[in-house]
Amino acid sequence: MRLREDARSLIFTNLCSMLGTFFLGLGSVYIKSKEAPAKDILKDLVEMCRGIQHPVRGLFLRNYLCQISRDKLPDIGSEYGGDGDSINDAVEFVLQNFTEMNKLWVRMHHQGPIREKEKREKERSELRDLVGKNLHVLSQIDGVDLDMYRDTVLPRALEQVVNCKDDLAQHYLMDCIIQVFPDEYHLQTLETLLGACPQLQPNVDIKMVLSQLMDRLSNYAASSTEVLPEFLQVGAFAKLSNAIGKVIDSQPEMPVFGSITLYVSLLTFTLRVHPDRLDYVDQVLAACVKKLSCLPRIEDKKATKQIVALLSAPIEKYNDIDTALKLSNYPRVMDHLDNATNKVMAVVIIQSIMKNNTYISTSDKVDALFELIKGLIRDMEDTDDEELDEDDFKEEQNSVARLIHMLYNDDPEEMLKIIYAVRKHILLGGHKRLVFTVPPLVFSALKLVRRLHCQEGDVIGEDVPATPKKIFQLLHQTVEALSVVPSPELALRLYLQCAEAANDCDLEPVAYAFFTQAFVLYEEEVADSKAQVTAIHLIIGTLQRMNIFGVENRDTLTHKATGYSAKLLKKPDQCRAVYACSHLFWVDDQDGIKDGERVLLCLKRALRIANAAQQMANVTRGSSGPVTLFVEILNKYIYFFEKGNPQITSSAIQGLIELIMTEMQSDNSLSEPSMDAFFSSTLRYIQFQKQKGGVMGEKYEPVKV
Amino acid sequence: MNYLIGAFKPPCHIKIIFADAKTRKQVSIKKENGQTTMVPLFQSQETIGGEVSIEPLPGKKVEHIGVKIELLGQIELYFDRGNFYDFTSLVRELDIPGEIYERKAYPFEFSTVEMPYESYNGVNVRLRYILKVTISRNYVSNIVEYQEFCVRNYTPTPTINNSIKMEVGIEDCLHIEFEYNKSKYNLKDVIIGKIYFLLVRIKIKNMELEIRRRESTGSGPNTYVETETLAKFELMDGAPVRGESIPIRLFLSPYELTPTYRNINNKFSVKYYLNLVLVDEEDRRYFKQQEITVFRLLENQ
Repeated sequence: MRLREDARSLIFTNLCSMLGTFFLGLGSVYIKSKEAPAKDILKDLVEMCRGIQHPVRGLFLRNYLCQISRDKLPDIGSEYGGDGDSINDAVEFVLQNFTEMNKLWVRMHHQGPIREKEKREKERSELRDLVGKNLHVLSQIDGVDLDMYRDTVLPRALEQVVNCKDDLAQHYLMDCIIQVFPDEYHLQTLETLLGACPQLQPNVDIKMVLSQLMDRLSNYAASSTEVLPEFLQVGAFAKLSNAIGKVIDSQPEMPVFGSITLYVSLLTFTLRVHPDRLDYVDQVLAACVKKLSCLPRIEDKKATKQIVALLSAPIEKYNDIDTALKLSNYPRVMDHLDNATNKVMAVVIIQSIMKNNTYISTSDKVDALFELIKGLIRDMEDTDDEELDEDDFKEEQNSVARLIHMLYNDDPEEMLKIIYAVRKHILLGGHKRLVFTVPPLVFSALKLVRRLHCQEGDVIGEDVPATPKKIFQLLHQTVEALSVVPSPELALRLYLQCAEAANDCDLEPVAYAFFTQAFVLYEEEVADSKAQVTAIHLIIGTLQRMNIFGVENRDTLTHKATGYSAKLLKKPDQCRAVYACSHLFWVDDQDGIKDGERVLLCLKRALRIANAAQQMANVTRGSSGPVTLFVEILNKYIYFFEKGNPQITSSAIQGLIELIMTEMQSDNSLSEPSMDAFFSSTLRYIQFQKQKGGVMGEKYEPVKV
Repeated sequence: MNYLIGAFKPPCHIKIIFADAKTRKQVSIKKENGQTTMVPLFQSQETIGGEVSIEPLPGKKVEHIGVKIELLGQIELYFDRGNFYDFTSLVRELDIPGEIYERKAYPFEFSTVEMPYESYNGVNVRLRYILKVTISRNYVSNIVEYQEFCVRNYTPTPTINNSIKMEVGIEDCLHIEFEYNKSKYNLKDVIIGKIYFLLVRIKIKNMELEIRRRESTGSGPNTYVETETLAKFELMDGAPVRGESIPIRLFLSPYELTPTYRNINNKFSVKYYLNLVLVDEEDRRYFKQQEITVFRLLENQ
């Protein structure tokens, strides 16, 4: 009894000195001695700590109190008591200490000279853990069950948080509450917790707080599927969504990006907790649209970034653009982005489609999709052309081109609709984009044509909407659109492609029409000589493969082609085009045309041109050019010779070889290593054929090398 | 008188032995030379009895004209040193005139002695009780022996013991309300109270509670007042804000307090005060003093 009195008197006598900590320690020893109920001593101690009103010293003293009393709280299973009442006492004790510490901590902000304010704030934020520790202790008391948390701990803590009216404290403590207590408690007390949010100071970063809460909850939901019913039961989504709405309403000064961040977190939460509830996602987006619609177009970088995050989240989650297309508010959110970001977003969407190999299979979806990525498809009203980087533009348009190939349906009818839809959109794109977008469309359409052709046996009838003919008409118009670009080379290629496809479908008039277009383009648009060379070779190549033309049509076309060949500007080009034309008359097929005479004519003509070229070179440079052309022609001779063209004789070959030899030995010819190699390997080939014997060997017999 | 004793060694030893010396509680007192000794403790209305033994030095005899023992209650004021005011004086004759050759013991008893005042050793005043044995002699000086003892009187717990509650302050600057749970405290009591800040516009650095003793001696124009601060107890450190309430727990037992003495024999008074001091950042002190009554409660009651 006596000892007890003394101990008590010692503890309190000197509490106020800086030795206070020591005497608190004594207090803890005293509790251990169990001479007085722990709760009484704790109550006394926490009360006496009020004597320290100096914020920093008070904080440390109380922190020390918190620390030494931790293992002495009358908790369930503790040796210092443990019935229901004493848990209340323990909680009361910690809460009181918490309240007082927070008061001291907040007071730091107001005391002392103004010029040191910044320094003080820094100190304060370093001290925050001292305050937060109390909450941590509370969370570790076993006796704090859900009921106790809901009825006592949380309301009291929140009351303190709200009433302290201090930015730093509110932010930190909210965060603390969210972090230290278990997820299921949060879930069950969402309403209370969220109710406090709109009451916080306007400068408090509520979005961080709420995001963290939602992150935690969504992690919790992800941790096990068993807890999901709980979420449904408490209506977590509705509550959160409600709370966010309130917070945004109550804080009109909150920057845009802040509110959008909130929506992003909510969306993330929704996606993780209710992946099946697309309507929730749409609701979130709708709320966001509502918020955005009362604002001018977003200029803020951060906000834009958040919107991108908002929009990317569903795509990433569902890995399927289909889902995003179902969200009616999705494009409306995109409307609020500036052009550049809109494009970025569009690229993200396209990349997602590519990555996941999602096929967009209805024209409606195509429409929706193109609405989303319209930033890429057409010029926006207020775009400055200068700001466009050429490479970026190409990159973007290439991705659109890739996208077009992902629009696919097995059903030809639907596919046709898709093509119509795509066409409608891309034709709006302006000439710069057409170059990129038309080719994939054309090829996509051609693919359909080929497929139709393959299954022609099954589907026959005039009422079938998707017929190759129709598609070709469409293609015709589409490619025509390119003429405005102008990109004649590309259009020409596409025409040729179409012609070839028409050939496969046995549609002679169509093919002919395409060829005509190609020739017209060649005549009227292709002016550059190099382009002409390429074009003519393409034409020749394609024409060679055509097998549906009647004699008349074919003649017209081949005639044209040879005519153009001979009219090329440079002699060597002429020569090469002409000898290429020779193939037009000799199709190495069973029922192909084999007009040996005209082949020979072509080759001879080529020889003549080669000669002329040689002479021209002699005149202009004083030395004849390389004998390349001759060797090339020789190779053509050999080809036709082998193919059995009766007009090509061994003697002709022999003559040509000798001609080349003489040319090479003449003084004024330039020798060129690659040329020599080409020629000698040609000769080696003849030699080889001769030695090999057989039919071919015999044929070559007369040729002397 | 004393140096005469020194010059001529007394021819005998005198011892005063209390009857219940072995069982009686002893307390320490401070003597004039600064040393402390243990003396027995009595309270009023007790019977003080014992034995006086006189033992002459070997080979000597003591001639006397009577032996007496006195019980004296004296007040000594230091500004009037050497003058004792005896407020109590009881005498017992022990022996008739004669001679003492060998050790001789005289029992004595003062029954139910009225000792209204407590022993007190203050700054300017001392109140003490002594037993004084005098061997009176002719021609030569008397042989005298003193034995001091201590008196403490106990008071029952007062039936009326109101708390002290008061609101004080400086207009528009500082308003506080303080409360001490009682106005009368026993010596081992705890002062429990609190200070409630109603308005704080000054920057307070700390707050202390002092226990002060005010001893006043003499009367009329010759009154001397001496104030001592016995305890300084820091109640609060740092600046409080409005609405803060600071608890007080002050245990009195560590301090050497005496009960409050009011007008002892018209010679002196001892009073106790609680002084609440607030110190601001410029070291200005604001204080409020309140008298408390201290009383002695019978221990183990």
